[in-house]
Amino acid sequence: MKTFYWLVKREFWEHRGGFVWAPLITSAIFLLLNLIGIVAGETISGHHGFSAFINIDGNHTQLFNQPMDAETAQRIGAGLDLAMYVATLIISVVFGFVAFFYFLGALYDDRRDRSLLFWKSLPISDTATVLSKVVATGVVAPVISLVVGVATGMVVLLMFTITLSLHGIGVWHLLTLAHPLRVTANLLGSIPLYLLWALPSIGWLLLCSAWARSKPFLWAVLLPVIVSIMVGWFRLLDLLPSAASTAWGTACIRMLLSVFPGGWLIESIRSSSLNHDDDIGMSFIDLSHTYGILASANLWIGACAGIAMIAAAIWFRRWRDDT
Amino acid sequence: MNAVVTANGLSKRYKNSVALDGVSFQIQSGRIVGLIGPNGAGKTTALKAILGLTDFQGELNVLGLDPRRQRDKLMEQVCFIADVAVLPRWLRVREAVDFVANVHPRFDRAKCEAFLARTKLTPEQRVKQMSKGMIVQLHLALVMAIDARLLILDEPTLGLDILYRKQFYQSLLEDYFDENKTIMVTTHQVEEIEHILTDLMFIRDGKIVLDADMDNVGERFIEVMVNADQAAAARALKPLDERQVFGKSIFLFDGIERSRLEAMGEVRRPSVGDLFVATMRSTYA
Repeated sequence: MKTFYWLVKREFWEHRGGFVWAPLITSAIFLLLNLIGIVAGETISGHHGFSAFINIDGNHTQLFNQPMDAETAQRIGAGLDLAMYVATLIISVVFGFVAFFYFLGALYDDRRDRSLLFWKSLPISDTATVLSKVVATGVVAPVISLVVGVATGMVVLLMFTITLSLHGIGVWHLLTLAHPLRVTANLLGSIPLYLLWALPSIGWLLLCSAWARSKPFLWAVLLPVIVSIMVGWFRLLDLLPSAASTAWGTACIRMLLSVFPGGWLIESIRSSSLNHDDDIGMSFIDLSHTYGILASANLWIGACAGIAMIAAAIWFRRWRDDT
Repeated sequence: MNAVVTANGLSKRYKNSVALDGVSFQIQSGRIVGLIGPNGAGKTTALKAILGLTDFQGELNVLGLDPRRQRDKLMEQVCFIADVAVLPRWLRVREAVDFVANVHPRFDRAKCEAFLARTKLTPEQRVKQMSKGMIVQLHLALVMAIDARLLILDEPTLGLDILYRKQFYQSLLEDYFDENKTIMVTTHQVEEIEHILTDLMFIRDGKIVLDADMDNVGERFIEVMVNADQAAAARALKPLDERQVFGKSIFLFDGIERSRLEAMGEVRRPSVGDLFVATMRSTYA
């Protein structure tokens, strides 16, 4: 257990840039863009009058001070939550790229620079080594990204609230309608789902990383693309049932793109019985709905394939040397 | 018997070459064995087989374990410096010590820090900021703090200047080696290690061509400096090698009685380098 903890820690030493700095820098850029937007808005409204820009005249300002009915409160709360989700989404996309290239290099880079020989001189099993990489980027690094994402969302809300209050519009009380804890819980709670969903990608990328003697990126991407082209040809010649080519298409997407967080949402919305018109609380992202995907075959077939590919990657890690 | 490594019929074939061709040998505890051979002779393959880094045919027993199947356990007892400068470039000195201290049950942190204190390395320094010699100092400090029974060194000092090279072997002898430890080393800089070796193995084309302890080597191989008039008589004894220096001939003999050779001229013990050259003659021809 101690060894495993230190193996995960080692991944953080090596990839501090991707795991910590990438979300922080993305967050900083996102905040800066928001700030520029606010300043630009202020400047323009300075020329045209504040009310022209935000279109709030005396009557509308009243709106913020009126007692609200429950539905309005819920809508506003959902809107504020959305700001946090959006910030997290942007950071998650960046995280997806980090994770993709991390797994592609995880079992290849140290063979290329021969530091493999140092790691292999220590009494650590190859299984522990490979699994520590899965845990570092499949579980621990997403936590950092999500926390940074939610914090960024809250800062954005604060920035707009402060701007409005500078114009004498007090919306501080509206902030209490947001659900930062629920948002954080929803996001953190979805990490196990992320790991399950990402397994086919993690497995495929690690397998290429452990197996390729050079250029793992080309193998990981070109192989599925070439097979897709062939499948396309067979389909044109009517040698293949359309179900097979659809299945292959899904497999390709799952192998390459499932490291990007949130992919299961598309699947779960498609398959859920949720009535979208009633969905004012962004409940489609609530864990009670997202975990409905556990009933989908797509998730489990992918997870099983992923585990098999990770096992194969461990085998290659054991026997591939630095040559 | 107290064998650390026992190899029996060790073979390894690559696609179009034979790296090891039915090699058998035994290494006893408390020895320093030099495994010497030309490039591509199979040295590194033999070491990789011992370390469980490559598959092979034949039998191999290292400290009672099979390196193919029990590698994780084996690596608690075996250390290796596979080559110069294989530490990852992003690693800091502090991180390296922390990591090894926490994953290796036989690592002595105080010892490692004492070794590091003798160098110019600082805890926050990264490997990429170090010279080749400093990287080896760090690697050696880590390895010497591990109480392992077998240490394998594959060209550990290649490309280092003479100060680092001397310091490397001196540290190993003074602060590491004892009768419970065994060291296997390959190098091309034979002259620098011949005085510390207790055993000598020559490997050529995947076969062991010489396997003897150094006392034995001193008895078997004799070099005689012979005047021109005695040269024909010397040649009749089938020397391994002959070369000319200052109008005299130097012959290298294997297993000829010392008294017979003393009659012909001045005898002396050949250097490992000369022995190597004589044995490997025609390897590249």
